[in-house]
Amino acid sequence: MVSPGRTSWTAWARYRITHTVPEGQWLPDRQPAYVASWIYVFGMATLVSLFIVIGSGVVLALGGSEWWHTSNVGHYVNSVHLWSVEIFFAVMAIHLWGKFWMAAWRGGRALTWMTGMVALLAAVGTGFTGYLSQTNFDSQWIGAQAKDGLNSVGLGAWFNALNPAAALTLHIVVLPLAVGVIVIMHIILVRRHGVVPPIGAEEPTS
Amino acid sequence: MTTSTAPSKRGKRYTPDSHSFPTRPYDLLKEMVIASVILLLLALALAAGFGSLDEKSITLQDWAKATPFDVVATATGELAGTTTSAGYGPPYNNASEGQKLGPLALQKWGGIRIPVDSAQDLVLTPLENGTTDTALKAALAAWEAGTADQQTAWATAYSDALAATPDGDPATVASGDYGPVPVLASSFLTLANAGGLEQLISPNFYGGDRTKQLLLLSDGSYLSDQARARSLGGDQWGMMNEAGNYPGQVWLGMMTFWYQIPAIGGSSNGDALVWGATTIIVLGFLFLPFLPGLRAIPEKIPVYKLVWRDYYRRQKNNK
Repeated sequence: MVSPGRTSWTAWARYRITHTVPEGQWLPDRQPAYVASWIYVFGMATLVSLFIVIGSGVVLALGGSEWWHTSNVGHYVNSVHLWSVEIFFAVMAIHLWGKFWMAAWRGGRALTWMTGMVALLAAVGTGFTGYLSQTNFDSQWIGAQAKDGLNSVGLGAWFNALNPAAALTLHIVVLPLAVGVIVIMHIILVRRHGVVPPIGAEEPTS
Repeated sequence: MTTSTAPSKRGKRYTPDSHSFPTRPYDLLKEMVIASVILLLLALALAAGFGSLDEKSITLQDWAKATPFDVVATATGELAGTTTSAGYGPPYNNASEGQKLGPLALQKWGGIRIPVDSAQDLVLTPLENGTTDTALKAALAAWEAGTADQQTAWATAYSDALAATPDGDPATVASGDYGPVPVLASSFLTLANAGGLEQLISPNFYGGDRTKQLLLLSDGSYLSDQARARSLGGDQWGMMNEAGNYPGQVWLGMMTFWYQIPAIGGSSNGDALVWGATTIIVLGFLFLPFLPGLRAIPEKIPVYKLVWRDYYRRQKNNK
């Protein structure tokens, strides 16, 4: 298909959507033979643990911000949320270091690496606002300490760590949306460029 | 399928197109479902086995009952302008410029966007909102009638007198010219003991913003004493710790590390320095693909040979 002209935004959008990722690479049923290590599992593990984080967070949101203090079911859901977050960060760290040792930014994949890093930073912010939203001793102390860090560089003037209502809205709306968008960008780039070939690999000839 | 490789003609750093390599069967959705089931079961099991920490928040009434003299000393300090919040600087007030990162006065540049007058907002307003006592009304009137210097002199003298006692007990304070401050401070303790002081500080049916209440609580020593007892102090890796044996925000380790270095953690600009150091590292990771030397580390330390050991073995056998 040839590139669309400049007259139709719709045609341009259709072209971009269908050509950003090579045909068959959105949901691949084959992959390069060199992809044969358990380290590759951790990218998928990061994604599905994010789904579990979001799912348990949605259930918590239905109960309200203080539900988990008064309900055994709420407390258990909060525990699932906490542990899924711990799992998420653990598998993401393994994924990141795996990609580091593979120098996975090679072959035009710098943006893939960078979106992954930004996703990590957005996830750290999401986790932090979650801790501030707990409405217990933990959030009191974390807020009291974090305000000094944020204020020291002027960020506290724009994000008040002592306002759990603001932290909660950021935690359940703004930052998850940011994480989601960045993760989608990251996945699109992964599917577009494919899995980085081994270091030193050369163009195959059949 | 056997495949050979063509000699590279594009230089050492050339990376071929991944889509040109031989492939093998793969089921993305199957991998996703299996990973989902395993990790969901793991999260459910960890939640059932270890639960999650939920220590009740400290109310101002808890504080008053546990350490009443700390409440009196803090209220007096707010009136004297000697507490942490009173001298904080932006974003609460202009009592100081705040921290700097080298020549950059970032805290000052953030501006006073959350104005807090510690004496008025944290002590006098709740006293005015909660008072029915004639002695307190008279004390408030006397305070209002005093000049700013007189108010400071009264509160500072009483604060010093409290500090001179063995345990801060107002009953053992030496006599002096403290104006209405002893009545104000003891009335504040009475209000705190009765409960509901939080509401008197911010009379709002709904909760939400707790800035003033937390600034007041932080100005006392009770909150930090409780935190340090749980190993949550800044110099105890508290930024990433959780009370007990629960995992905390381990991912903040990169920032927490800097607080353990006395030259940084103990600096008056410590928080800004930690931000500076962490920002450099984060930017280093973010732009790693463009940093000569650092981006070559994976090629120098061949961990990658473990990842692609099958590929390299096949290549070796083909030759």
